[in-house]
Amino acid sequence: MNKKITIEPVTRVEGHGKVTIHLDEQNQVVQSRLHIVEFRGFERFVQGRPYWEAPVLVQRLCGICPVSHHLAAAKALDMIVGAGTGDGLTPTGEKMRRLMHYGQMFQSHVLHFFHLASPDLLFGIDADPALRNVVGVAIKHKELAVQAVMMRKFGQEIIKATAGKKIHGTGAIPGGINKHLTQTEKDSFLNGEDPMNVDKMIDWSLGALEFFKGYHAENKDLIDKFAAFPSNHLSLVRKDGAMDLYHGVIRAVGANGERVLDDVESHTYLDHIDEEVKTWSYMKFPYLKTIGKKDGWYRVGPLARMNTADFIPTPLAQKEFEEFRAYTNGKPNNMSMHQHWARLIEILHSAEMMKQLLNDPDLMSGELTTTGTKGREGVGLLEAPRGTLFHHYRINDNDQIDLANLIVSTTNNNTPMNTAVNLVAKQFMNDQSEITEGMMNAVEVAIRSYDPCLSCATHALGKMPLEIKLIDATNKVIDRKLKNG
Amino acid sequence: MDNKILFYGYGNPGRQDDALGIRFIDALQIWVEEQGYSNIFFESNYQLNIEDADTISNYDLVYFVDATVEEINSFGIMDVELSNAQVEFTMHAISPGVVLSLCKQIYNKVPVASTIHIRGFEWELEFDKGLTKRAEKNLQDALKYTKKLLEDLQ
Repeated sequence: MNKKITIEPVTRVEGHGKVTIHLDEQNQVVQSRLHIVEFRGFERFVQGRPYWEAPVLVQRLCGICPVSHHLAAAKALDMIVGAGTGDGLTPTGEKMRRLMHYGQMFQSHVLHFFHLASPDLLFGIDADPALRNVVGVAIKHKELAVQAVMMRKFGQEIIKATAGKKIHGTGAIPGGINKHLTQTEKDSFLNGEDPMNVDKMIDWSLGALEFFKGYHAENKDLIDKFAAFPSNHLSLVRKDGAMDLYHGVIRAVGANGERVLDDVESHTYLDHIDEEVKTWSYMKFPYLKTIGKKDGWYRVGPLARMNTADFIPTPLAQKEFEEFRAYTNGKPNNMSMHQHWARLIEILHSAEMMKQLLNDPDLMSGELTTTGTKGREGVGLLEAPRGTLFHHYRINDNDQIDLANLIVSTTNNNTPMNTAVNLVAKQFMNDQSEITEGMMNAVEVAIRSYDPCLSCATHALGKMPLEIKLIDATNKVIDRKLKNG
Repeated sequence: MDNKILFYGYGNPGRQDDALGIRFIDALQIWVEEQGYSNIFFESNYQLNIEDADTISNYDLVYFVDATVEEINSFGIMDVELSNAQVEFTMHAISPGVVLSLCKQIYNKVPVASTIHIRGFEWELEFDKGLTKRAEKNLQDALKYTKKLLEDLQ
């Protein structure tokens, strides 16, 4: 009798997802899929709204990465107000936005590594779930938990200082920014009481990297082989090839390093990228048109960014980048668990960028906005924590949005996450007659490495149970477990 | 009263009744300022997260305020128990119990903590609708109760 195991929703993955693993009569995995079972239809919600509202409205989509949506929308609207395609803002406007963005990148990556990844690394994938969590980290490795809390707090304070407030920030507006950084804020971030200053954040970022590299040295099999598979990689890069998380041209490389999309302007993305619809998931499957649906899928996010960039323009992160690239002899790194390594390098880079920006006098004075010849259509891309984020708007004669197209980072990683699930399911569940907690978590670890944000759900108390179903070939539920969120 | 009290509301105010926690904080903060109470503080965010362990470590009494889908009459108040996050499945948010546990492990402090959970009904992206009428009534019920509580405490 064939069996289908359903893990629903994926633990510790935002929103609702469902994993189905089909076993045959010999308990061999025949197919695995990550289904996205919620549909929000984000694009239609902003249609009919005045375009200048978009940077605030789109933050309602997601309580996890509102800053990324806020900035991507503002970048798209820069085109509509005639402020160029990413390079036309005033120095103050662009640098304040960058500071906001690096604060967001820093705190988001910190949360993922310390809260989600480190329990699996410290205690093992198959460890007791009662210990394998952030409180377990606090019990056994208090110093790491302290760092996680204070690094998150630092990033949140940067966002508050640049976006104006924690919820539904208003900092970025079409054509620029609406505030300067104050002297008090600058002093606080640069010279705040230990540990709340940017130098301590850089120190701790380096420490986290050393922790990971030490773990990697002792666990090469897991880190190098777990869910490793070849793919294309896509991200923005600066025109000179530098890593740039805020703005750039689109570059994609193949699994062996060949350039498959050669530094095209971001507002031309529709000429190069399309999305496939499949019946079993509400989430689309993006691909590169030049390669086609079958093989044109790509990864985005920290690992992809390490593979596409030629260098990182801050010294400490560049040193780590060279070590990272040397590990695969300069070839693209296709190891899913190395996303944690890449993410930590980006934490360090973000901290360095924050320090560099905080020392820039343009943040405290200068023109905030710029305008030019108004247009009808705007495209804004940036590198969000989870990968490339696309916002595209068109307006009508009444300044209302009549077209919106969003490709969020997690959608870009749809095929890679499915590929990772399938690989790990075969690795851990073939020839197994029982599915253990550790095996289930292995599947989830593969998904988590992409840090997906699946549906930007509400967070009402008691709203999200964890449901695990076991279904046989006749679609009969033969086991069901429920944990209340 | 010398105890420092924190009211912490959370939710996504762009999603109808998920705004209940934030709206509670907005309304209560105005009232507290009018009363001149100096020992009561406020915080709001989309959801709770690990850095909130640091935030609550500075208070004696903490009320977490959130919307709920529980089928209760209007609102409820419950003590928060320490939690080890075993059943957490959202990756980017944690529960009041986990915040409390982290606070205990990192700062060796455990403020007295309760949740005020207010029943909501609709959770979709509806830009111009705000709270549903039933949720608005529940919000007012919770505010009335809390104001009386604070008057008694003072």
